[in-house]
Amino acid sequence: MPEQPGPEEDVGPVDGQVEAPVDGPVDGEAPESEPEPVRWQLGKSHRKVDAMERMRGITRYTDDIKLPGLLHCKILRSPHPHANILSIDVSRALAMPGVHAVLTGEDLPVPYGVIPWTPDETALACGKVCYVGDGVAAVAAIDEDTAIAACEAIDVEYEPLPAYYDPEEALAGDHKINPYAKRGNLSKDVVLEFGDVEASLEQADVVVEGEYYFEGTTHGAIEPHCAVAQVEPNGLLTVWSATQVSHYLHRELAKVLRRPAHTIRVIQPPLGGAFGGKSEPFDLEFCVALLAIRTQRPVKCLYTREEVFYSHRGRHPMRMRYKTGFRQDGTITGVSARTFIDGGAYSSFGLVTTYYSGQLLCAPYAFPAYRFHSTRAYTNKPACGPKRGHGSVQPRFAIEVQLDKAAVELGLDPIELRRRNDIGPDGMTVNEFKIGSNGFLECLARVEAASDWGRRATLPYGRGLGIAGSTYISGTNYPIYPNEMPQAAVQVCLDRSGRARVFSGANDIGQGSNTMLAVIVAQELGLELDDIRVLSADSDLCPVDLGAYSSRITLMVGGACLDAAQKLRRKVRAAVAKRWELPARRVTLIDRKAMDLEDPSRSVSIVEAFQWAEADHGLLGEVGNYNTPKDRHGSYRGGTIGASPAYSFTAHVAEVEVDPDTGVVEVKHIWVAHDCGTALSRRIVEGQMEGSAYMGFGEALMERHDVDPGHNGVHIGPSLLDYRMPTFLDTPELHALIVEAPDAQGPYGAKEAGEGPLHPSIPAIANAIYDAVGVRLDSLPFAPPRVLTAIDDRLALEHAGELPTFKLGRGRAGLASARAAGGVA
Amino acid sequence: MAEALLSLRINGESVHAAAPAHWTLLEVLRYRLDLIGSKQGCDKGDCGACTVQVDGEPVLACLTLACAAAGREVRTVEGLGWSPEASNGCHPLQDAFDRWDAAQCGFCTPGILMSAEALLRKVGRVVTRDEVREALAGNLCRCTGYTKIIDAVVDASEMLAAPRDET
Repeated sequence: MPEQPGPEEDVGPVDGQVEAPVDGPVDGEAPESEPEPVRWQLGKSHRKVDAMERMRGITRYTDDIKLPGLLHCKILRSPHPHANILSIDVSRALAMPGVHAVLTGEDLPVPYGVIPWTPDETALACGKVCYVGDGVAAVAAIDEDTAIAACEAIDVEYEPLPAYYDPEEALAGDHKINPYAKRGNLSKDVVLEFGDVEASLEQADVVVEGEYYFEGTTHGAIEPHCAVAQVEPNGLLTVWSATQVSHYLHRELAKVLRRPAHTIRVIQPPLGGAFGGKSEPFDLEFCVALLAIRTQRPVKCLYTREEVFYSHRGRHPMRMRYKTGFRQDGTITGVSARTFIDGGAYSSFGLVTTYYSGQLLCAPYAFPAYRFHSTRAYTNKPACGPKRGHGSVQPRFAIEVQLDKAAVELGLDPIELRRRNDIGPDGMTVNEFKIGSNGFLECLARVEAASDWGRRATLPYGRGLGIAGSTYISGTNYPIYPNEMPQAAVQVCLDRSGRARVFSGANDIGQGSNTMLAVIVAQELGLELDDIRVLSADSDLCPVDLGAYSSRITLMVGGACLDAAQKLRRKVRAAVAKRWELPARRVTLIDRKAMDLEDPSRSVSIVEAFQWAEADHGLLGEVGNYNTPKDRHGSYRGGTIGASPAYSFTAHVAEVEVDPDTGVVEVKHIWVAHDCGTALSRRIVEGQMEGSAYMGFGEALMERHDVDPGHNGVHIGPSLLDYRMPTFLDTPELHALIVEAPDAQGPYGAKEAGEGPLHPSIPAIANAIYDAVGVRLDSLPFAPPRVLTAIDDRLALEHAGELPTFKLGRGRAGLASARAAGGVA
Repeated sequence: MAEALLSLRINGESVHAAAPAHWTLLEVLRYRLDLIGSKQGCDKGDCGACTVQVDGEPVLACLTLACAAAGREVRTVEGLGWSPEASNGCHPLQDAFDRWDAAQCGFCTPGILMSAEALLRKVGRVVTRDEVREALAGNLCRCTGYTKIIDAVVDASEMLAAPRDET
């Protein structure tokens, strides 16, 4: 292995940050005050700017790209969970007709990692493989069948090594999995303490202790990963990839291929879902790039569904031990958490995950003392990474169940207990993050009313309601690699036909970010969405954006877009005001017109207004920037990680029916109230809330991503049949309730909506199951055998007189009570 | 690889293509005829993104050999806009999906549209939410939580059921 520079880890983001220069006035004009603009586009339900072409089957996703002379790439993958590679012989494959090139690890030896402090993987295995599925060699051939046959003709001699499937065993083991790890199989260890936790727990009237296990889950985007590369006649390397972070891919391609970034063009075609699963470079992008260079022909690689499962980077399994102290009135005195994180074979975003597992828990509840110790270990499994709600969905499950247990013990309504701990707006968390707007109390009130929570007291045995709350970030205060440039930038041009063009590096992954940008431009320039063309995620045409992760785009890219659009708005209004001989504050842009606010009968078409402005100012183009405030995080080491300009808040109520005879849990309804600051486009926000609640529901009840140690570490079911994603028939009724607590940091007050609304699904369902049948499920998923065992255990204790009869007299008829009476094995 | 000459009826037109004899209908549609609207999500019949209609019935194009579709009427998402119910190249289902934001990433949408169209055509009246759930149970969507898709299909069935002059 090549010698690595010592990772500096989180030192970078903490130090060396400088305030970005504040934008000066445009063209020397002072921004003019204007009456609160009419919300003529904001908050409406819009047709998305790019949905119709998707529904007509016209949109070209990455696999739909056809190029003359296209070669197909397949990647040979390791059958071993942990082995040294003694030799690779590609001669038989290379000799096959139709095979154009073969790559192995030594062709792409430069280590990379999406987090610059943990470059611990190579495009193809160098010297050893670390999980079943690790890429070993890549073939470019005339068609897929030939490429597959060529992979089979590659002879690899392996020396198997002992494999670890459990993080605590891996930490104690002698065999190092990832050679870049500094110490054994330790990937990252974070200990942070705020206030005196021991004292806070001693002073508590009640201390709830629990151990929770969150089994891994994966993203399951319906589009598999795909990449195409081509060398243009001028030498430019173009890479089309189904990625959600074009810019980080661009950087890593430059690094691994040892090419200057300006000789590479990265294009993200329309994307078929991501959810965090496409937020870092994968082996296929490096392979097609180098194969295209070697063969001077375009090369495509499309993962099979099985490869998507093995490539993973999904939700980390976490084993979490929690102690939470409460006073009699339900207020939290302190929280102590010990978490072991199963990282899989590589770091991915794991450094951040390890921090997030503790750092993102300090709202919506205030507590004066907090300690967390999180340890991420390497194991011989597909690497884990970020999945929707990165790092905090797992501990959110733990803490929200802890609160529910406390409510039972203290005899308090669990919604009331949460109200009493609300951190409120404009405060500071125990870990020194500044909170701005906070609509959590309204979220609680909305789900309480919508679910008719009061009926909970009389629901019969087998039926229950559960509550949970959460918070999430609207982007991170610091980018992945330290730099002083803007976190987001957008270019907007107007033309004399009355159209606007928006150039943005942001990745629209189906969440509607292109439409969000169009809404902002339409709002500011008086346009319809049809008048706006959004060009995004093409590194040759668009300004850099950091990508679709950490729910950053609405706040950050939206902020940059608003900056540019407002500059143009000022120019257009000034041009109209000059001709009408009015102060510019009287001119507004609305409904494809410029209009005198005091005499609405006086107007001019937006086309003419743009032409006047172009005559006065020259071509109408502006750039907008967004950078984060640098005063909203903790002053300690690691205190920037998890800090955000603004936080969203969510509450869920889940209604379940549990069959005590089979253990089958049916979730009937989930009410989701989410404080997104301001809903820029109502239906898109609802769609994010519904999609989040659905995804959390699937994780709670159905989905399992794991390998089988008894079968040499192969995946337990790498298909969409075995990995059980909820269908139309499984999914509960989802009720999206938008709450708006505008935040000064967001465009028009907007905060995130794409990830936060997932968090409470799982604990709300767990708490509803308790409310239905009196059992606590502290391990995921809540599959029937696990539920049935828990019910049987409770019934046996009830029969033995060690527990009271749950919901006595409330429908305890039928087999369940008969089994309780007769005892169960 | 030995190629076979295929004669197919697709979206009401006769087309001819040469393709390896073992290719599926999905492969021929996508990689020979450039009808890229039908999507490959799993290639083993689990996700439904490749759903097309053969003789009016929704089928999984990734599990159908192309040669098995010879002599039958194949309909893909590209053909929806040419149907008699469509206006301006847009089927009422596509319009409803657009209004409801029922397509987020849109990758599953072509398959869902083909399953939904078959349902609406067979039922011939306003559909219930449960009928939609049943008919679309073979189509996975990972983005929407299904809610807005059900809204859109019911909405489209109302549009289709309403007399033309009222729509």
